[in-house]
Amino acid sequence: MTGRRSGRPLVPAYLSTGGVARPRHTELERLSLLTGGAGPAPDGLPAARHALYDVLDGGTLTLVEAAALLELPVSAVRVLAAELAEQGLVSLRPPVPPAALPASDLLKRVADGLRALKQ
Amino acid sequence: MASAPSSSSTSADGLHLPDTTRELVKILVAGPFGVGKTTLIDSVSEIRPLHTEEHLSEASVAVDDLAGVREKTTTTVAIDFGRISLEAGIVLYLFGTPGQERFRSLWADIAHGALGALVLVDTRRIDDSFDVLGLVEESGLPYAVALNTFPDSRQYTVEQLRGSLDLEPGTPMVVCDARDTNSSVDALLALVQNLLAGQAADGPAGAGAVPEAVPEAATEATTETEALAGAVESGAAPTPEAR
Ligand SMILES: Nc1nc2c(ncn2[C@@H]2O[C@H](COP(=O)(O)OP(=O)(O)OP(=O)(O)O)[C@@H](O)[C@H]2O)c(=O)[nH]1
Ligand SMILES: [Mg+2]
Repeated sequence: MTGRRSGRPLVPAYLSTGGVARPRHTELERLSLLTGGAGPAPDGLPAARHALYDVLDGGTLTLVEAAALLELPVSAVRVLAAELAEQGLVSLRPPVPPAALPASDLLKRVADGLRALKQ
Repeated sequence: MASAPSSSSTSADGLHLPDTTRELVKILVAGPFGVGKTTLIDSVSEIRPLHTEEHLSEASVAVDDLAGVREKTTTTVAIDFGRISLEAGIVLYLFGTPGQERFRSLWADIAHGALGALVLVDTRRIDDSFDVLGLVEESGLPYAVALNTFPDSRQYTVEQLRGSLDLEPGTPMVVCDARDTNSSVDALLALVQNLLAGQAADGPAGAGAVPEAVPEAATEATTETEALAGAVESGAAPTPEAR
């Protein structure tokens, strides 16, 4: 993992409130989808944000998978993802698109999908 | 990226999600220390289970640099998780969630938006599961109980076990070998089928799949249905299937 050292960007206040206040627009949860932009990270991106941008590699990961790969707590990656999204470098998507609700059909498809796994 | 337009369930590198991903759902695999959470997740996950290091308090976290994060509290816990791609773009995540009371602060966060919880119980030490059952019930997540049998587990009747665990009549209880994929899938299915039954009995808001809509009533929503009762009886016969 590359990236230059930077001044320590302190986590915004909303994190120290235990996640009660969340970034605008999206509520980032463990399974929120992060999709990275194409191409190299722009100059001057702080190291931690740079690392997240790099691990996305233009593709899509859940927030929790990005956290695991970066060996950072989910709480920290929440902040980094919100910052990158704010900069337009990452797009965010909720785990279940609102159109997929209500959940009854989803549960049924989960059950069908699990049954199909059995050998 | 996400270069696998074929029927392959993951992208070329096995980690990035394919473009076909539509809905992501999660189930908690909860239980006390050493009960078999990681084993169950591993037996059904398509990726080698990953984990995150979580701080028990989120207060005063500072993103420092690539070395990670510094914070005043030193207590961390590893939360492991696995992933299973189901048909039609659904990806199911399983989160191994430790049950001790001191992890309470993490519970709400991990449980947020979860479909439900599979609570693993080692019948040799039933008391160890009381904390986790308390946390699950408090969170309002619907759950099913999976009994892991070990070679020296002694036999109990279904009634004895349900009584010791103080389970509601509609809560599914199945026997599971967490090392076996089919057995683990069956335990997950017992949970999901019960969610469906609860939903049917309860109206559209009955299950916790809608974020923010994990209703208080969900713990009681498991009215006994014929199908379910059958599943519980046959599944829970405490056969000493130990190898
Ligand atoms: N016989 C039997 N052994 C099991 C079963 N599930 C797990 N084990 C064994 O029990 C041990 C502990 O399992 P783990 O999966 O590590 O338990 P865990 O709940 O993840 O433990 P912690 O993460 O430490 O809380 C391992 O040696 C497993 O092989 C089961 O269903 N039957
Ligand atoms: Mg484990």
